[in-house]
Amino acid sequence: MTLIFLILAAITIVGTAAAMSFRNPIHCILGLTVGLVGLAMLFLHLGAQFVGFTQIIVYVGAVAILAVFAIMMTQGGRRLTETATKPQITPSLLVGGTVAGAVFAVLGWAMLGRPSTAIHSVQPVVSVNQIGQLLMHNYVLPLEIMAVLLTAALIGAVILAMPQERGKR
Amino acid sequence: MTPDTVDQIFVISKHWLLGYVPAMLQPLASAVLSVVPVLLAFPLLFAITTVLERKGLGRIQNRYGPNRVGPAGFFQFAADGIKSLTKEDVVPRDADQVVHFLAPLLLVIAAFLAYAVLPIGRNMVVANLDAGLLYFFAVGSMVELAVFMAGWSSHSKYSLLGAMRAVAQMISYEVPLVLASIVVVMASGSLSTVAIVEAQAGYTATLPHWYVFTPWGFAGFILFMIAATAESNRSPFDLPEGESEIIAGYYIEYSGFKFALFFLGEYLGMFATSALAITLFLGGWAAPFSFMTWIPSYVWFFVKLLALIVFFIWIRGTLPRLRMDQLMGMAWKFMLPMTLLNLFTAAVWHFLPNPLLRWPVCTALVVVPFVVLSRSMKQGKTLQVRTYRYAE
Amino acid sequence: MLGVGILKGLTETARNFVGSYFRKDRLTTIQFPEERAPRIEASRNFPFLVYDGPDAMAGLRCVSCFICEKECPPKCIIIDKSTDKKPDATGKLQFYPAEFKIDVSVCMSCQICVEVCPFDAIKMDTDFELSTQNRFDDLLWPKLRLAKSNEYYHEIHPTEAAAVDADLAAARAKAAPKPAAPVAPVAAAAAPEKGTTA
Ligand code: SF4
Ligand code: SF4
Repeated sequence: MTLIFLILAAITIVGTAAAMSFRNPIHCILGLTVGLVGLAMLFLHLGAQFVGFTQIIVYVGAVAILAVFAIMMTQGGRRLTETATKPQITPSLLVGGTVAGAVFAVLGWAMLGRPSTAIHSVQPVVSVNQIGQLLMHNYVLPLEIMAVLLTAALIGAVILAMPQERGKR
Repeated sequence: MTPDTVDQIFVISKHWLLGYVPAMLQPLASAVLSVVPVLLAFPLLFAITTVLERKGLGRIQNRYGPNRVGPAGFFQFAADGIKSLTKEDVVPRDADQVVHFLAPLLLVIAAFLAYAVLPIGRNMVVANLDAGLLYFFAVGSMVELAVFMAGWSSHSKYSLLGAMRAVAQMISYEVPLVLASIVVVMASGSLSTVAIVEAQAGYTATLPHWYVFTPWGFAGFILFMIAATAESNRSPFDLPEGESEIIAGYYIEYSGFKFALFFLGEYLGMFATSALAITLFLGGWAAPFSFMTWIPSYVWFFVKLLALIVFFIWIRGTLPRLRMDQLMGMAWKFMLPMTLLNLFTAAVWHFLPNPLLRWPVCTALVVVPFVVLSRSMKQGKTLQVRTYRYAE
Repeated sequence: MLGVGILKGLTETARNFVGSYFRKDRLTTIQFPEERAPRIEASRNFPFLVYDGPDAMAGLRCVSCFICEKECPPKCIIIDKSTDKKPDATGKLQFYPAEFKIDVSVCMSCQICVEVCPFDAIKMDTDFELSTQNRFDDLLWPKLRLAKSNEYYHEIHPTEAAAVDADLAAARAKAAPKPAAPVAPVAAAAAPEKGTTA
């Protein structure tokens, strides 16, 4: 529990909390971005450079922008002026609460079940080189499967975006 | 003083200064001493570049360019700076105040952060990260967010259109930018910028081992520079600014100092990508000939940087703005296939050690797809001389 | 092939760049405050009041007929008619403008006032350095500032001014048999005389 960790954790928590509490969806995404950057910083703090930077590239550079685009395409980032509703027990709240409870239960179980010495163990130094070696040797099959999956998704997107000339004929 | 001392003068003086700092504060002081010169040098370069650009563009159009402030108008940047500092800072009433304020800051901070991994000279880099290249692109992707924030928070349709254009363009060209630089990672086997520069050190006879002097490196360099031009929103890819259609794009609602910050951020981004091109393809701070190594490394770095800046200005003075569909077509139909093929070429180069064989093979692998692609892009478009009915 | 056109363009701009340092005729810019382009006769910017003779206030051709004030589209002319009459340059008794003001910041240089004036009293100037420091006082020009001599008119619009002088002379000659007879030759003689002294 160093000071740096505390600051980064605070940034992450404040960011994600802001993402949940803002009214304006664009503000929510910006808050989420702050949370994601905080998370990336935590990775960097742990010495995981590759994961940290990839987190920023993927989530800040791509996912946040994608979400922003999606919102602007659908409702133009309009300001929502709905009145604050009373907290009600809705199905979505129930589902969300259940999922959150389950996740926290598993996390807590995992953390409490571990010997406390694990936290103080020496950080393994992982270089990008090693990650590359592992990906290309031990985990080459999962990598290929991922690649096929993404290619399929890409082709699907292209088909969706293509002008539907065949239907006209 | 030997040439070596001159070369390392900044490193030596930093260590000398650090000697006076108590041991506890040394990491902090070291960071400050590394960062502050970067924070001073590159804005100064920005100032010089604005003058050079305006004079260069003027001469290209047979004009004088600024020639009033100081000798030959060289202090024009001071006048511009004072002007933008003293101007009123207008925030639109409907704007999202906080985001509107944060956007230029984020842009400039992101632009400055990128310099942390760029080796300016021998042993002169702020942070030698193991994943330096990855860091560079990670920081670069924050620029997109800043641009979007600026465009959206202004609540103006022009700025929103500009931001949409800018983000779409930056995302599209980030793919070829990264792919074009991966060939260097493949060749040098490292993501660290310092290691990449070191991998290009050494000379055959008097010629250096820069990656640009290989077929795939040359193609990669050209592709990288095209993508870098698009990434930094410079002409001919300056659609996000498009003065004639959306006035100034995403920063139309900014004035005074915030506008200056956008300007600064844009140029800093351009310098950073140019510096990355130098690091990846042009041997970083290395001298171009072995008999010129006595000139300090940082001098070479800035000479190369200035050369690239001049080239950017030259391009800006020459090419007209592209259309949106041309821009996207260029990215996905030309740049992407070329960069992917270039990966293959680099691999072939690696596995064909015989220079007699690999030079013709790799050259063919670069030239043939280029010719085929450019032919196919032109198909269906009959280029003809346009006749004007009323002009002329 | 892709890129050939770009290279051609780059050589062209490079030729411009280098050429502009060696061939002075490439640089067409006139460095304004030090050098000036010759005034263009057909240009116009802002109206002025023409006067004949040496005294600006006595020689104003304007008779305060209000036509221009009524016709001016943005209504930037303000005239106060005099209560008395006084002789103009030709010696004829006329009303004269006690005050004649034009708002420089409102005038849109349309020349309508010039077209409608029956007395050729108001003409367009070519002067364009009208910037001032004071937004209110310096932009509402009184008649003292608006008055410019006929010689000045000849200087800036020689052809037009000659035609106007000929017209005026003809009109006065036609009016000669009437009671104002002795005056006309004087006016006719006066105009060219002034032209030579200018
Ligand atoms: S300038 Fe001409 S039109 Fe205007 S009031 Fe005088 S005489 Fe009449
Ligand atoms: S030029 Fe036009 S706008 Fe100006 S004073 Fe004459 S009539 Fe009015």
